[in-house]
Amino acid sequence: MSQPGQDAKFFQRGKIEEFRAELLAAETKDKKFVKRKTVLKKIVANITMGMDMSPLFPDVVQCLGTPLLEIKKMVYLFLVSYGRSKPDQIHLVIPNFLQDCNDRNPLIRALAIRTMSYIPIPVVTEALSDNLRHALKDRDPYVRKTAAICVAKLYSADPRKAERGGFVELLRDLMLDSNATVVANAVAALSEIGDRQDGVIFKLNLATANKLLAAIPESSEWGQIYILDSLLRYVPERHTDAEMMAERIIVQLQHGNSAVILTTIKALLYLMNYMENRQLIDYICKKMGPPLVTLLSSGPEVQYVALRNILLIIQRRPTVLKNDVRVFFCKYNDPIYIKLAKLEIMYRLARAENAKEVLAELQEYASEVDLDFVRKAVRSIGRLAIKVEAAADDCIQALLDLIETKVTYVVQEAVIVIKDIFRRYPGKYEGIIPNLCENLDALDEPEAKASMVWILGQYANIIDNADELLDDLCYTFLEESTEVQLALLTAVVKLFVYKSKVDKAKELVHKVLKWTTEEADNPDLRDRGFMYWRMLAINPTVAGEIVLSEKPPITTDSDRMDRGALDQLLLHTGTLGSIYHKNPETFIRNAAGKALKDSPALNAHSRAVLIPLARTQLPSMGPIVVAGPGPTEPQAQSSPVAPLPPAKTDVDTSALPTQSSQLISPTQDDVANDQDETEEDDEPPHSRQASNLDPYSNLDNAFGGYLADEPRPMASRQHDDDDDLLF
Amino acid sequence: MISAFFIFNQKGEVLISRLYRTDFKRSIADVFRIQVVSNPDVRSPLITLGSTSFFHVRVNNLYVVAVTKTNANAALVFEFCYRFINICKSYFGKMDEESIKNNFVVVYELVDEINDFGYPQNSEIDTLKTYITTESVVSATQAPEVSSRITAQATGATSWRRSGDDVKYKKNEAFVDVVEVVNWMGSAKGTTLRADVDGHIQMRAYLSGTPECKFGLNDKLVIDRGAVGTSGPSSGLADRGGGDAVELDDCQFHQCVRLNDFDADRSISFIPPDGEFELMRYRATSNIKLPLKVIPTVTEIGTTKVSYDITLKTTFSPKLSATNVVVRIPTPLNTTDVDVGILGTGKAKYVPAENVIVWKIARLQGGQECSLSAMAQLTSTTTRQVWARPPIDVDFQVLMFTASGLIVRFLKVFEKSNYHSIKWVRYLTKANGGYQVRF
Repeated sequence: MSQPGQDAKFFQRGKIEEFRAELLAAETKDKKFVKRKTVLKKIVANITMGMDMSPLFPDVVQCLGTPLLEIKKMVYLFLVSYGRSKPDQIHLVIPNFLQDCNDRNPLIRALAIRTMSYIPIPVVTEALSDNLRHALKDRDPYVRKTAAICVAKLYSADPRKAERGGFVELLRDLMLDSNATVVANAVAALSEIGDRQDGVIFKLNLATANKLLAAIPESSEWGQIYILDSLLRYVPERHTDAEMMAERIIVQLQHGNSAVILTTIKALLYLMNYMENRQLIDYICKKMGPPLVTLLSSGPEVQYVALRNILLIIQRRPTVLKNDVRVFFCKYNDPIYIKLAKLEIMYRLARAENAKEVLAELQEYASEVDLDFVRKAVRSIGRLAIKVEAAADDCIQALLDLIETKVTYVVQEAVIVIKDIFRRYPGKYEGIIPNLCENLDALDEPEAKASMVWILGQYANIIDNADELLDDLCYTFLEESTEVQLALLTAVVKLFVYKSKVDKAKELVHKVLKWTTEEADNPDLRDRGFMYWRMLAINPTVAGEIVLSEKPPITTDSDRMDRGALDQLLLHTGTLGSIYHKNPETFIRNAAGKALKDSPALNAHSRAVLIPLARTQLPSMGPIVVAGPGPTEPQAQSSPVAPLPPAKTDVDTSALPTQSSQLISPTQDDVANDQDETEEDDEPPHSRQASNLDPYSNLDNAFGGYLADEPRPMASRQHDDDDDLLF
Repeated sequence: MISAFFIFNQKGEVLISRLYRTDFKRSIADVFRIQVVSNPDVRSPLITLGSTSFFHVRVNNLYVVAVTKTNANAALVFEFCYRFINICKSYFGKMDEESIKNNFVVVYELVDEINDFGYPQNSEIDTLKTYITTESVVSATQAPEVSSRITAQATGATSWRRSGDDVKYKKNEAFVDVVEVVNWMGSAKGTTLRADVDGHIQMRAYLSGTPECKFGLNDKLVIDRGAVGTSGPSSGLADRGGGDAVELDDCQFHQCVRLNDFDADRSISFIPPDGEFELMRYRATSNIKLPLKVIPTVTEIGTTKVSYDITLKTTFSPKLSATNVVVRIPTPLNTTDVDVGILGTGKAKYVPAENVIVWKIARLQGGQECSLSAMAQLTSTTTRQVWARPPIDVDFQVLMFTASGLIVRFLKVFEKSNYHSIKWVRYLTKANGGYQVRF
């Protein structure tokens, strides 16, 4: 640029009166409008710093007469900031707006409608309506593409009015515009409208979808994203339709913009649900891998988005990246959020063939500095042992080595996972119990302590001094957390069952039962105490059978998301929901949920597990204050269908003039046999036994605890009102 | 979509604040300041409070922040932030607090132009510069015809380039820089745990008119080529590059490259933006030529000493040399002093603040070897915390060398005036914090 700006000096707080005086002074002897420009810059800087400059409204508006674009833009910026709060004065600028709307310069025309539509109050929208209608048919594409977004703004301010004005239809027509940028913006605006709970439904038919696809090569990268995103509003009726569409968009995987890639992947994953051609599905899976890996060379923020999505994708399509575990090895200087995300993927991709490599990495991480990361690395070693039987021996050895280090949090984490390993491989590794017992004193966290106590109780028959150890642990019984108390209670009962002849065991069980029933405040603990007591009193033998009954085997199934949920979540690939692994409607107010739509082409398995979309409101939370004239809460409608206002235009594009009907009645295609199954079911489904007699079963959910540490939106725990930040 | 866009400085002061939607007030900025700027332990570039999500990207002590109340496309939001940063760099030469403050009016114009109602719009720098400038424009004097040309370009199929007649050069030149960042993780035993190359092809095109370019590499794409669909993917490799062809795992292109052409016959054809841009990015993982070998021997002698023996070897031809070699060798946190000796070239010193020995070598010829030996003295500590042993990190640059073996085979320029153009190609391989060996 010619000369660098020197405007930093304007970042100083000023007084309204001073600025007003300066503006007044600038009305005379202002050569080249330097004075006005200076004051306006000061005002904009003050707005930025959060000062209220709205009292200057009439004075600033005066500057609109200045024939300097820079000044016009600053005044417009001022109007966008304060116009809404000055409904009584805004009429002063309407003539200027109208004049600009008819300027010969397309940039000015666009600027005028863009600015007006940012001020959503009736006086302005009233004036805007006619001009916007013209702008949507302007001969200049720049004005049209701006106008398309203006419709979305108008709609968000007053949906019914925008509908009455016929703007939705105008927008629909713009989807057939000759200019790709205009098409893309029209699609973006319609999508926004369609995502509103009270909005017009936006869906695509084959002909329109194809038209949109044709616009992709000429669209800007952002436009490509809007168009690719809208493909999820098209429901293929035939396998071949889905297949052909996928073939057309697959080239976008080579695009340099990560959002284009992820949105393409989202569309491909979606279309794959409607495909039949096994070879093509395999081919697409193969093609998706490399671009996903390449995203890991982007900035850390994009890497993070990619990693969280990869975690979902590989659960649904396990062939993707199957052989690429190495690319997910952590770099020492990766940001922590990337390391944690990679760790999870490494675990998912671990198999017998690569377990050695993965384990070696995990061991490396276990000596790093970040506490959270180290703990998860240790826990992953344990999970690996449970997942890959062939690696279990090495994992156990690794865990023992880690326990040797005596670093307390490492030891505790190791103890927690070892408990699960014992359950996964009964009778195999109990020999290491002495090593664990050496570290009893290091355990100060409830989960670790409870795990250790479980081990002591469960294997009290082979631990000679189990009674002493448990007795020691019971010294602080009343100060322990409930988790540990429950564990201790059951452990001493087990001890008693094993060694009912030993005095110490008798004494101990009596002591603990007395505490739990007489002194404990926690009703669960007390109840369990009474229960054991009576069981032991009535029939000790049966009590023993119950307490030491055979436990259901541990598998790694529980940490795998089920197919229906995955199918649904993958419809949000690349979005916030895909990062938190939550459907958006569960954590964002008024967010649109998505579900696969049934059609003759939908494969049978997807249909069987399909989770239909219930248009549920977020849990009702009393009076909701929504700042500003935002969307109003739709009245609680319990019907599962979209709350449609009665006289609603449905932008089903079949109404478009250019296309012939594309609905071909399904014939032989409707027997969709799902060959998908083989691919995603690399582990047989495992039905969890409901009859869990072991009172510890709830503690075994080490994975549940692990998953709870995942990134997630900070939910409002105490007060539902916090759900939205009202500022 | 994006509801609000902010730039904060390190203190959490707002430098730019643009609310695209009415669902937030400016005070939402305070929430970000409390949650992120003044939080010493930020563990994510993204936080969600209730329905509100904050995305942030840090650059030179600035926070570029986007806020939304929808289930926004996170990749798009971050890409938008990156793009904004690039635009600022191009406009102001750098992106820091000073340049933003000095040009805040232009920045406001830009954020209004490249994003409308939270939807990113045309953000091609070349086009933006035709109508958003730091100079004052008198609106009355701007001829509508000029504006129409601008708008046609901003919405056109080649939005990244001004129309033909506007671009004139006396000398038509194109510079191609192949820059490879080589990542390597070596184990203590000397084996390679992973080695890969992130390649970028930067182009500076100073070509008149509307040049049509064709670009060729010695690549053989490992991605299966062939008919898709009913006939199924064919398994043959498209080996076009001959014997010395390199395997690229993946490549991604600038918006200007015709992806359909690439898909059809692997040709890279495009009309370039005027000036500098990143033409393509690629990734290679097979047959990586590691320019430097690092052989570390680190021994902990009791609890009071650690001895180091580090040898560096170059593996490339003696005609080339590695420059700006910086080896960072971690020492335990309780190091009191280090004695360093060097065999060969370079200077080394112990930097206590970072707990590393920094060994700098200005130039290392191909085939050369040098080594460092050091002894670190440790104080006794009460904590039992074991030394995490971070990896040894090596940074360097090697000119006219590509770790992947990639070579530019041709760059053809066609323009209707049929001018002669000169093309320059440079190769650079460097390590950028990802060339590490464990010990």
